[in-house]
Amino acid sequence: MKKKTVIEAINICKSFHDPITVKVLTNVSFSINTGEFVSIVGKSGCGKSTLLYILSTMDTSYEGDLLLDGTSMKNKRDAELAKVRNEKIGFVFQFHYLLNEFNNLQNVMLPALKFDKLSPEEIEHNAYEKLKILGIESEALKYPNQLSGGQKQRVAIARALINNPLIIMGDEPTGNLDKMSGDVVFNIFKELAEEYNQSLLIVTHDLDFAANTHRTITMEDGKIIGSEIGTATIEGKR
Amino acid sequence: MKIKLIARISLALLKARLKQTMVAAFGVTFSITMFIALLSFMGGLNDMLDSLILNRTPHIKLYNEILPSPIQPIAKSKAYNGAYHFVGHIKPKNELLDIRNSEAIIEALTHDSNVRGVAPKTTVPVFYNVGSINLTGVVDGIDVDAENRLFTFQDYVVEGNTIDLKNTPNSIILGIGAARKMLVQIGDKIQITTSAGIRFPLKVVGFFQSGIDEVDKVQSYTTLSTTQKILGKPNSYVTDIQIKLFDMTVAPSLAKRYHNLFETEAIDIQTANAQFETGSSVRTLISYAVGITLLIVAGFGIYNILNMMIYEKMDSIAILKATGFSGKDVNAIFLTIALTIGCIGGALGLIFGLGLSVLIGEIPFNTASLPTVKTYPINYDLKFYLIGAVFSVITTYLAGYFPSKKASRIDPVDIIRGK
Ligand SMILES: Nc1ncnc2c1ncn2[C@@H]1O[C@H](COP(=O)(O)OP(=O)(O)OP(=O)(O)O)[C@@H](O)[C@H]1O
Ligand SMILES: [Mg+2]
Repeated sequence: MKKKTVIEAINICKSFHDPITVKVLTNVSFSINTGEFVSIVGKSGCGKSTLLYILSTMDTSYEGDLLLDGTSMKNKRDAELAKVRNEKIGFVFQFHYLLNEFNNLQNVMLPALKFDKLSPEEIEHNAYEKLKILGIESEALKYPNQLSGGQKQRVAIARALINNPLIIMGDEPTGNLDKMSGDVVFNIFKELAEEYNQSLLIVTHDLDFAANTHRTITMEDGKIIGSEIGTATIEGKR
Repeated sequence: MKIKLIARISLALLKARLKQTMVAAFGVTFSITMFIALLSFMGGLNDMLDSLILNRTPHIKLYNEILPSPIQPIAKSKAYNGAYHFVGHIKPKNELLDIRNSEAIIEALTHDSNVRGVAPKTTVPVFYNVGSINLTGVVDGIDVDAENRLFTFQDYVVEGNTIDLKNTPNSIILGIGAARKMLVQIGDKIQITTSAGIRFPLKVVGFFQSGIDEVDKVQSYTTLSTTQKILGKPNSYVTDIQIKLFDMTVAPSLAKRYHNLFETEAIDIQTANAQFETGSSVRTLISYAVGITLLIVAGFGIYNILNMMIYEKMDSIAILKATGFSGKDVNAIFLTIALTIGCIGGALGLIFGLGLSVLIGEIPFNTASLPTVKTYPINYDLKFYLIGAVFSVITTYLAGYFPSKKASRIDPVDIIRGK
């Protein structure tokens, strides 16, 4: 299968100037291909989240360039970036960020309704499909505050999946979960990568988790200091 | 579709804070209700006070004034042409008060397309004789039908009937104040004396009440022909020609034209009653000021609830932005919330305002000087409702503008990092 680059970071640098200038990211360059499951590890404060916010186009004050699907994200307007996030990126945070005013199904549907490519009926059907993949279709009509932490995180993943994004990014998506739920979520990611050819970029502190991905990028003080092929790839090749 | 989605999200946020939203909407409802009730009531009062004068006042009055001639003989003299004339002790011309050629003027006016009607009048200053005492008074000789039609004369005749004035020869409708002083009843005979010393007996057929006490003490009415008889003048003797127009606003320009055309004095209603316009406009201004102040207070209510909502919904805003809603969308969501509060509150306010106006309009209001008014006057002008609606939308829009702007500027990274 031909590998296509979905996201590419080219010499990304970022500094905070409040109150003194601190360089948080220095010349970060890497790329991710279709269907690749990549993890980022590193000590607390090394700039993982900062990098992810830049990659997800939410943070636009950086130097260097970011290519998504071959297109540069530099010099794009706020509304254009919003469209990119909507259509090409799925984000899962440590915290679930579901809207309590909507039920789980509606929460999953919202980004697709915003995309406005399919009819509401088709979107609802797709949302059910995604919830099924995550094994929580029975909770569809409940509200987020009626779910457990792990279930909420799975709804959030379904939401990230709804527009069939190029890449899913996660900032410690299992950080708030116990070992069991964390494993469930991890297996879902792996299944997405292997069965649905979904690209994933996940920041984690869990080294076991990282070791089981295709590739692990290690960061230190805002630099990439290593990139190892993970066990998943080895298994996959076997 | 996009609008529908935004509306759906706005509604969900509204529902989540139903109580506060209702309080904010009630603020708008209250202020619009008060605004409508206040303006309708003030409008009604203004109309009533104005009609007190306007109903009884011609739009243009043609009359003759005893004035010195504007061109003194010396100005016509060739010998002193170009010189400045000092003339002392100029006296008015010895001229009759009647309008020359009145029949022709009335004829011409009735054919004028601006004119709704013409009512000739002859005013005679008189004394009412009560025993050995003489009360000063003014008798107007009127064309009863024209006066009824143009000046709702019958509304002000509180006892007796205007028909009797027309049908009974040498009859008079007395001002109620004068009648009380003279202790007369309908059917009684009274004597009047003119300034020329002529005595004349008249039969009282009715009482008249204008609502203005000073007027009612002196003013009385007879027919035109009776006055002409009292004065011993011919049928054409008319001192005033009262004109009602279709459109009152052209009165000043028309008055100037008639002044030149008919060579009489012509005064328009705007000039004659300038002080009434001022009174009305000041009252209206005050009601608008109070109404708009109420609305602004309601606007602050909306501003507060939106700010609170945005503060509470930071997470939701952040995730909406992270999942592809632009700043514009977020702005639209919160503006929709503000406008929904404004529109629902405003619409209820209009309905309650109408209700309150109707209620006020039912309260009995009896005053001796206003015989035709039985309850508080209310002006149900559609204009007030339109202004109320427009203002409620504008204030809520302004109240929503800054919070919405703030919401649209929220940086999702800041929120997400903060967790
Ligand atoms: N708004 C900010 N202003 C100034 N410095 C900041 C700001 N946000 C983050 N930093 C700094 O940038 C560095 C990287 O932060 P970042 O959140 O990316 O770390 P991280 O690798 O995600 O850490 P963790 O594993 O604890 O989540 C930290 O040293 C932090 O102090
Ligand atoms: Mg982090």
